[in-house]
Amino acid sequence: MNTNLQTPEAMRAALFEILHNFAPEADLNSLPADAPIREYLDIDSLDAFNILVQVHKRFGIEIPESDYGKLVTLNNIISYLTK
Amino acid sequence: MFEFKMPSLGADMDKGRLIEWKVKPGDHVKRGQIVAIVETPKAAVDVEIFEDGIVERLLVDPQTEMAVGAPMALLRATNETAVTAIPQVAEHPHLSHRARKLAHQAASETTLRVSDNREAMRAVIAAAMSRSKREIPHYYLGNEVDLKPSLDWLSEENAKRPMEDRIIYAVLLLKAVAKAVASVPEVNGFWLDGRFQASQAVNVGVAISLRQGGLVAPAIHDVDKKDLGLLMRELNDLVLRARSGSLRSSEFSDATITVTNLGEQGVDSVFGVIYPPQVAIVGFGKISARQTVQTTLAGDHRASDGHRGGLFLVKIAQLLQHPENL
Repeated sequence: MNTNLQTPEAMRAALFEILHNFAPEADLNSLPADAPIREYLDIDSLDAFNILVQVHKRFGIEIPESDYGKLVTLNNIISYLTK
Repeated sequence: MFEFKMPSLGADMDKGRLIEWKVKPGDHVKRGQIVAIVETPKAAVDVEIFEDGIVERLLVDPQTEMAVGAPMALLRATNETAVTAIPQVAEHPHLSHRARKLAHQAASETTLRVSDNREAMRAVIAAAMSRSKREIPHYYLGNEVDLKPSLDWLSEENAKRPMEDRIIYAVLLLKAVAKAVASVPEVNGFWLDGRFQASQAVNVGVAISLRQGGLVAPAIHDVDKKDLGLLMRELNDLVLRARSGSLRSSEFSDATITVTNLGEQGVDSVFGVIYPPQVAIVGFGKISARQTVQTTLAGDHRASDGHRGGLFLVKIAQLLQHPENL
């Protein structure tokens, strides 16, 4: 894992940067940490896939397709990254 | 000598504005090369040329608005000798460096403004959809398709692929539609001049909603001939460019059939409105808990009948039972 991205705050900031590229108009600070990101930001399946590809690149982790369902909310993703 | 004309980038376009030339007099151009950027109410579009040639003269300056069909440049065929000497001068000898820079800035600002221009896009969609419902006698068919074989196969396939190379199920749907066309060719092509003109190429228009509102349905070319990995990359690229406003003219104008996948928004099924001059649109709803998907066809009754449309939907369903052959 990228050593600059170890705290939940740093992870959250990095995730916001990624999400901003896909939903530039959204106010991410108002995104509840336990809200399903796709529904909340109206992300289609192609963008959802690309967001996970970006998470994979940014955090240097492999995400098997069978784990996609575990990565629904901000809290989900952060705990997945810290496990 | 031949003319390069303002292209029609969709049935609903009657004029366009030249934003930028990508070629200059004396340039050799190849079929498919991007020669200009043209602004329509929907987007700034990279316009391709459809013949090889040598640019003889540019007839209009950037920022000029022209009707569809108006000549924009003169070219000669590569085997044709120059009839007049081409003066080897700069592209716009009458423009100073500063003026050119300003023109360029104005062009980029226009492009940005256009992507925000919801009203103009609404008007374009309104015109196309009104024409569709006015002229095309739609018929509608629906079929529930078992998607489990496709989804299971895709899970296995994706497990073998590095993350960046994985495929989403929508790509299987596009490929199944494109391959099914071979069995029922009367759903693939155009209604022009009072008759159906079948298309050999299967260029699938993909309905893409834009975050700022509105939608476009640019085409992926020759979908029936491309493998799933390549289609995934092309779909990704197409959506990215649709959202950033840099589609090519051929993508805008030569879809031969369209697919809309509103399952994304969580609805069970979608009954589409055909994009003229096409004659069919296939819709996919959301995947149900039983891993089925509602597949619909809106067909142009002038070009095909419900019986043939039904066979087309059944063929799509059959192809999705054997994803390994897609």
